[in-house]
Amino acid sequence: MQVMCAMSGGVDSSVAAALLRDAGHDVVGVTMKLWGGPSDKGCCSVSDVLDARRAADLIGVDHHVFNFGDDFTRDVITPYVTEHQAGRTPNPCIECNRSIKFARLLERADALGFDAVATGHHVRLVDQPDGTKRLGRAADMAKDQSYVLHMLSVEDLDRVLFPVGEMTKADVRQVAADLGMRVAAKPDSQDVCFIASTTSRQEFLGDRMSFTPADVIDREGKVVGHVESVQLVTIGQRKGLGLQGGGPPQWVTDVDVAGQTVTIGNRSDLLSAFVDVDEMVWTGGAAISGDLLAQTSAHGTARSAHVDGNRVHWSEPNERVAPGQTVVVYHDDVVVGGGIACRDRD
Amino acid sequence: MAAAPATTPDIYLDWAASTPMRADAIQAMVAAANEGFGNPTGSHHQARTARRLVDDARDLVADAVGAEPSEVIFCGSGTEADNLAVFGAYHRLAQNVNNPSVACAAVEHHAVLHPVKHLGGTVVDVGQDGLIDLDQVRSIANADLAVLSVMLVNNETGVIQPLEPLREILDEHAPQALLHTDAVQAFPWIDVSAAAGCADLISLSGHKFGGPKGVGALIVRDRTRIAAQVLGGGQEFELRSGTHNVAGIAAFGVAAERMHNERAETVGRVARLRDSLVDALRAEIPDLVESAVGAMHPHGLSDRTNKAAGSAHVCFPGIESEALLFLLERQGLSASAASSCASGAQDPSHVLAAMGWSRELAAGSLRLSLGFGTTEDDVTQAAKIVPKAVHQLRASTSIPKPQVA
Repeated sequence: MQVMCAMSGGVDSSVAAALLRDAGHDVVGVTMKLWGGPSDKGCCSVSDVLDARRAADLIGVDHHVFNFGDDFTRDVITPYVTEHQAGRTPNPCIECNRSIKFARLLERADALGFDAVATGHHVRLVDQPDGTKRLGRAADMAKDQSYVLHMLSVEDLDRVLFPVGEMTKADVRQVAADLGMRVAAKPDSQDVCFIASTTSRQEFLGDRMSFTPADVIDREGKVVGHVESVQLVTIGQRKGLGLQGGGPPQWVTDVDVAGQTVTIGNRSDLLSAFVDVDEMVWTGGAAISGDLLAQTSAHGTARSAHVDGNRVHWSEPNERVAPGQTVVVYHDDVVVGGGIACRDRD
Repeated sequence: MAAAPATTPDIYLDWAASTPMRADAIQAMVAAANEGFGNPTGSHHQARTARRLVDDARDLVADAVGAEPSEVIFCGSGTEADNLAVFGAYHRLAQNVNNPSVACAAVEHHAVLHPVKHLGGTVVDVGQDGLIDLDQVRSIANADLAVLSVMLVNNETGVIQPLEPLREILDEHAPQALLHTDAVQAFPWIDVSAAAGCADLISLSGHKFGGPKGVGALIVRDRTRIAAQVLGGGQEFELRSGTHNVAGIAAFGVAAERMHNERAETVGRVARLRDSLVDALRAEIPDLVESAVGAMHPHGLSDRTNKAAGSAHVCFPGIESEALLFLLERQGLSASAASSCASGAQDPSHVLAAMGWSRELAAGSLRLSLGFGTTEDDVTQAAKIVPKAVHQLRASTSIPKPQVA
């Protein structure tokens, strides 16, 4: 097959390209140039392009750089800012996967005549009896990335490859070391790639939006603290709320940007019996209801839940999910769909 | 993906990016590396041999651009020459006046544009024809202007900028200002001694005309009017320090002489190839847009006499350059679009933006640049490969076609 392998310069995608080449595919490595601003990590820095190019050189595949900067700004950065402005807590990595890696790059690969796009994500393709594929958790559960790729449809899954999904991270690093790759021991990327380590989320957003202050109130409505930037407060947060010390631990249980209030409460106030979800995408197209598992953060635990349309009822009360965060629904270890948490519908 | 032909051709139409070295330049380089290993500033015979190689090359370059040998300042690249011109003129005038100004055209290479912006200088608009706005030049030409930098041939579009009108404006309104021209792209195609005879500073780069990478030169008519930027041993007339790249300079000189001697023949031959290439592409892709020519020229100029002979710069509405270049390379044709950024990705063209092109239209640009080694076969094959790739992309792409003025 003609395979376009997205190479970020990290060890996973470097090894993915090597495995594809070894399997006899005609592989072309592509690094996406996404962010023109300062960046020192993730997909966007010049040194990562060097790492990707050198890995491609080592394994003997051609390497290209595609500039999707305009798309990234429009589809990832701008929504990231407007979501924060609305007091939600977005996951830009998911938006990047949705609109860049598995839309823009797939479209480009199609136009150029490639049969498939591969990445170094730790996920597995699971064959279904009807011949279609579903997205399954990685062999290495600690590195599983099915949560951030939940939006892939059956059609998408038919033309993507995840060569390292069957491997543990340790095995991936071993393969890289055996091949003599310089990136064999390169640390995993952790943070948002477009925010440099020399700045903060607050500085990044502050250049692009304005913050408003808010009162922090307890569940009786009494003002107990103050924050300068309500847009930066997230449900579940414990620190930076301007509270008098000494009391029992308090968590943010609600953020109301328009009303300029942040509500706090104790641990039990943070729990909820359900989470409402918007923009649900079902892998197979049709909505699914029933007793399933749901996960609310990239490396969180999947908890049993009854899924009914756009509401996920937890089997046991669960921590509230910040609006904007993604809720992914699994059947055992297979993704069936996902959407974005919203404020509770009454 | 269409299967690659049994024997994929290897057609190089990116001569504006770089050229293969001439065989005699390589020979000169190897010979100089062997014989001229001494430090040219020393006093023994090894040093004198190296010094002679550098000065022989200096004579060749001087003759090729109509300069005196003592006006040739060798440096490490065309970019360094541009930086020396802009910063050097600025810092020299700053010794006499407070806050001198600098200016350049909006279509300059980044090697000029970034230094000018760094100094807070003025970026002067260009028209749809790619030529600098003379009224704006008049408005910024004053006693505090240290340098006006305007390239002789644009690296993306190939547009030739006449310098005489700029000289007249500076002479009248900006007596302290130096006229700098980046002639890096011009030298293979234009007799610089005539076209840039009125310039005070001229940048050259060896690898654009069959010489080596890593060697450039700045022609400086009056050395008292710029200040050195790389300080040290003062090897190049106190204007540029650093031990001479003897082998590279020797090859630079040989390549410059050869290019100058063969220019008239090369220009005639290559211009015909270029015209046949663009005409063939237009026959296959009628909505092809050519920069600064025909509909994209304010006066409808269509004979391409405003462009360097090796430049075929076109745009295919609705196509993305990166995708097109990828397909072209898979079919054995190497070309480029605008300038590449540090990562190797294609950046949106500031040149086309300055000429009033929409970002969407500019996104589909293709620079096919021919050179002294381009053959008729190269052009014939390119005229087949390019339309095929454009048709493939148009069949698959969903990008709406931009409206062309």
